[in-house]
Amino acid sequence: MAAPRKGRRRTPTYLMELRLNSVSHAYGHTEVLRDITLTIPEGQIVCVVGPSGCGKSTLLRMIGGLERPDSGEILQVGAPPAGCLNPLTYVFQDFALLPWRSVEGNIALALEDHRLGRTRERDIVAGVLERTGLSDFARALPRQLSGGMKQRVAIARALAVNPAVMLLDEPLSALDAQTRELLMDDLVTLWTRTPFTAVYVTHNLAEAVRLGHAIVVLSRRPGAVREVVEINQPLQNRNATDPALEARREHLWQLMRDEARAADAELAHA
Amino acid sequence: MPEPGPDIRPVPFRGGGFAPRSVRMVGAFVFVALIAIAEIGTRQGWISALTLPRPSDVLATFGELWDSGLLFKHLQPSLTRLAVGAALGASIGISVGVLIGLFSYIRAGLVPLVAALFPIPKIALLPLFVIWFGIDEGSKYALIAFGTFTPTVVATYGAVDNVDRTLVRMGQSFGLSWWSIVRKIVIPGAMPGILSGLRVSLAIAIILLVAAEMLGAEYGIGAYILEAGSLYDLERLFAGVVILSLLGVVVSAAISQAEKRLLRWRS
Ligand SMILES: Nc1ncnc2c1ncn2[C@@H]1O[C@H](COP(=O)(O)OP(=O)(O)OP(=O)(O)O)[C@@H](O)[C@H]1O
Ligand SMILES: [Mg+2]
Repeated sequence: MAAPRKGRRRTPTYLMELRLNSVSHAYGHTEVLRDITLTIPEGQIVCVVGPSGCGKSTLLRMIGGLERPDSGEILQVGAPPAGCLNPLTYVFQDFALLPWRSVEGNIALALEDHRLGRTRERDIVAGVLERTGLSDFARALPRQLSGGMKQRVAIARALAVNPAVMLLDEPLSALDAQTRELLMDDLVTLWTRTPFTAVYVTHNLAEAVRLGHAIVVLSRRPGAVREVVEINQPLQNRNATDPALEARREHLWQLMRDEARAADAELAHA
Repeated sequence: MPEPGPDIRPVPFRGGGFAPRSVRMVGAFVFVALIAIAEIGTRQGWISALTLPRPSDVLATFGELWDSGLLFKHLQPSLTRLAVGAALGASIGISVGVLIGLFSYIRAGLVPLVAALFPIPKIALLPLFVIWFGIDEGSKYALIAFGTFTPTVVATYGAVDNVDRTLVRMGQSFGLSWWSIVRKIVIPGAMPGILSGLRVSLAIAIILLVAAEMLGAEYGIGAYILEAGSLYDLERLFAGVVILSLLGVVVSAAISQAEKRLLRWRS
């Protein structure tokens, strides 16, 4: 999909891509997704945007195997990378941290079932804490952390299992604007250091143009692919004031505006 | 005369309250005050000694109990019955409650049954338990266990229902095994509800302990109270009642400790 990436520090370890073949789904009489065909190439971040209730979260649950589509199929192509403990790994909007476990305990939760041995487990936890800048908070409980810190913990937990594909459902929408900027920077840094594959659902078009290699625009319910916008500019060179990105954002907004307005009216009537 | 200026005053405060704090010594003060009133009243005669024993006499009776070694003789079997019965009832109750919380068929099958069992005064079933488990300790254990079981089940499955489902989905999304999800997510998440249920269940266990002992036991606090009551020996009766109250306070304090320890993550 995109030009070959330069500046990678390692040989590519992600050998897995995802393919969605005409995925459709309905809840009872409500048709939610219609004929979605998509490829999530390895090593790229695919953003999914669309109006409220168009089925973005549903699509993500299907990609992650938490729900079955009525028709169509979701395929893994290739094998997950070596050392991958959980190929499809979520980052949730509301963080989903266990309040009774410390930061390191929450990260260890994802590893414990794999019986890696104490030292290996501790090394992985220390490693991801270091990568996400959380080393000083290892012992803290979630209630002691700010929202941004909590989401960093959730991201660290996802990185700990070395996923083939990360599935993020509006990961920053519970955060304030400044924290969101900081976390976007963090994600860009993480990706630049070690690229990962991700499906990133968001409402926020600025996030989409900042983080997405490809941006999938869904129509209002039933969600169908309206357009896939590709942005080839390397992530680390993007910034909020870039006019080219601003133009992309404007283009996306044009695509979405009417859909969003119609979806809004629809919800009000429902 | 100064010109009447605009009316200036602080904004009235409307917040506060609805947040109980722990206030030390007030509980003890209430106890002491009540006992002091009873003592003074019985000494001065405006409370007749027939209606209420003098607290100092009760204390003296308590001292006799202690000196003669009878206290331990009565307390030891009672505590054993309470511990065995309540442990059985609570552990089975928690397990069944978790199962009801997790499996639709078990829920459909057992919730009506539990609802049917709950309002039965368990004492009424003592004869049945005597037939099933023998006249000795067995029937007492069973009665206490059964009495603890029903409230524990109800509290537990309610608590399991209230566990945040997104945490469970999170566990599944990381590929945790079913047993790991139950052990590391469901049970800790239900723990606040389970513990507050235990508070009620254990109080019921103490009530049932006394009832069981009144219906047939040589030693035990219930037997002691029954004997005192049939002789209208109010001092001894009250000494027994005080022991029960203390038992209740100790159990409740133990649960508070457990909450403090297990639920440190909450506050
Ligand atoms: N389990 C379910 N049962 C029935 N209907 C559902 C279920 N989950 C979602 N829906 C419905 O499907 C539609 C799509 O929901 P979904 O949560 O996927 O939308 P979304 O695009 O993520 O919305 P938002 O932007 O608000 O997060 C909504 O109308 C919702 O009410
Ligand atoms: Mg959603």
